[in-house]
Amino acid sequence: MSDHQDLKNPRPAVSRRGFVQGAGAVTGAVALMEEEAQAQAAGKVMGPAAMAITLTVNGKPLKVTVEPRETLLDTLRHKLEHTGAKRVCDRGTCGACTVIVNNKVSYACTMLAVDAVGKKIQTIESLTANGKTHPIVPAFHNNDAQQCGYCTPGFVMAAKGFLDRNPNPTYEQVKDGLGGNLCRCGTYVGVRQAVLEAAKKLKA
Amino acid sequence: MQNFEYANPGTVAEATGLLGATWSDAAILAGGTDLLSLMKDYRMSPKRVVNIKSIKGLDKVAKAGGMLSVGAAVTIDDLMEHPAVRSEYPSLMQAAHGITSPQIRNMGTLGGDLCQRPRCWYFRNGYGLLGMQNGKSLIDAGENRYHAIFPQGAAKFVSASSFAPALIALGAKLKIAGKSGNREADLASFFVAPKSEAEREIALQPGEIVTEILIPSAGGSKNATYEVRHKDALDWPLATASVVVKMNGSSVASAKIVMGHVGPTPVSADKAAAWLAGKSITAEAAEAAGKAAVEGAMPLSQNAYKVQLAKVAVKRALMMAAGLSV
Repeated sequence: MSDHQDLKNPRPAVSRRGFVQGAGAVTGAVALMEEEAQAQAAGKVMGPAAMAITLTVNGKPLKVTVEPRETLLDTLRHKLEHTGAKRVCDRGTCGACTVIVNNKVSYACTMLAVDAVGKKIQTIESLTANGKTHPIVPAFHNNDAQQCGYCTPGFVMAAKGFLDRNPNPTYEQVKDGLGGNLCRCGTYVGVRQAVLEAAKKLKA
Repeated sequence: MQNFEYANPGTVAEATGLLGATWSDAAILAGGTDLLSLMKDYRMSPKRVVNIKSIKGLDKVAKAGGMLSVGAAVTIDDLMEHPAVRSEYPSLMQAAHGITSPQIRNMGTLGGDLCQRPRCWYFRNGYGLLGMQNGKSLIDAGENRYHAIFPQGAAKFVSASSFAPALIALGAKLKIAGKSGNREADLASFFVAPKSEAEREIALQPGEIVTEILIPSAGGSKNATYEVRHKDALDWPLATASVVVKMNGSSVASAKIVMGHVGPTPVSADKAAAWLAGKSITAEAAEAAGKAAVEGAMPLSQNAYKVQLAKVAVKRALMMAAGLSV
């Protein structure tokens, strides 16, 4: 049930998913490291077999084995226990999978994991890490900015990426800046107010 | 999605060397915002995917010999941040603003915008670009509200590119690299109406890569793009018009009008543009040019409304170029 964990403890010590993945992970680790060094040399054809790559997620290098066809979103969710980003449309339209890649908001469902190698990936798990909570998180609570909550992590990351680039936004700018995220419950007004509140808190 | 080989070449020559002789051999990955969806839906299942984002220089915007050179892998967001684009080409900025998702603007590239596949739902659901079944057009008989009002033969989808109308109006050219060398092509002739399912909607051959978009200086001319969309959120336009107008005092010396999302290729309204010569741009003149631009439209059973939208798009683009409020 790791989809519904407490945000403050995004990585439980043991989960069913983690246990299943852990089995067999040790075997061949050395061989995979060698393969990884080769795979990242420019111009070389990799795959279609699974290969070892390293993704830099929230500042930490994480080793993972992926096939070329795996998206960053599926890799984060199914193999790296970062289930904050959600898989909804899976076609780069709804924004529920939004993460920040090299300081730019991006759809994790529409990026291959192999394409994310060497890039800085920031997920929603980072917003409550190390006992520090980013002001956008309480601002969502204070402004009733979610109903069913499924789009919320994507909106929060889109808002975070927007505020990083626009510290003094107007309501209209917030509306445009969150144009890549959809909410079927229609919480847009609350979300925009939350972003304005967080902008004030960040300046204080 | 079917699995594939993946390559990350560092030069154009390496990249073309990794492409194949047919479309199913290899696909080019830039932003991936269209390619990944096509692969997930099995519309494309290439044996190899060649990422061109690591190629040096393909992510650069530079002024060169009176032209603005934009690398094919420049993202829409980076294009919008470039001072020359902001000052000289309002038309491109307006087209970019029409792509309302920051995520798509951050990931999607200018080359990818030009090479994206049509959004036609017959194509996206596996009925091909022409949507023919047993010799009959599914598009004619079925849901066609977003299709062409300027169909060309059996091609009734609409070109999906947001930037093509603006770039064609500006006279842009493409640099295309292939295994046997490089070529230049007018963007206007890059978009073609396929006559059979064996053809594509762009004049790019398997094994070729669009590497650069060359945009002539706007040099004193005025340019603008006006889009009509269903909603504020991310969507492709229902109709677009891009105009470039050279003025001689208060009257038009010459004009170029290109409509988008109304045909399988962008549609140049040359008669309407010629009619404008010698006139000053007023709301009435712009309206008349809009009317002339949609003359000869052949709407399908559900999309006559797009004739009105295209007409208004032309009118408003002209008024914006002339500095009138719309």
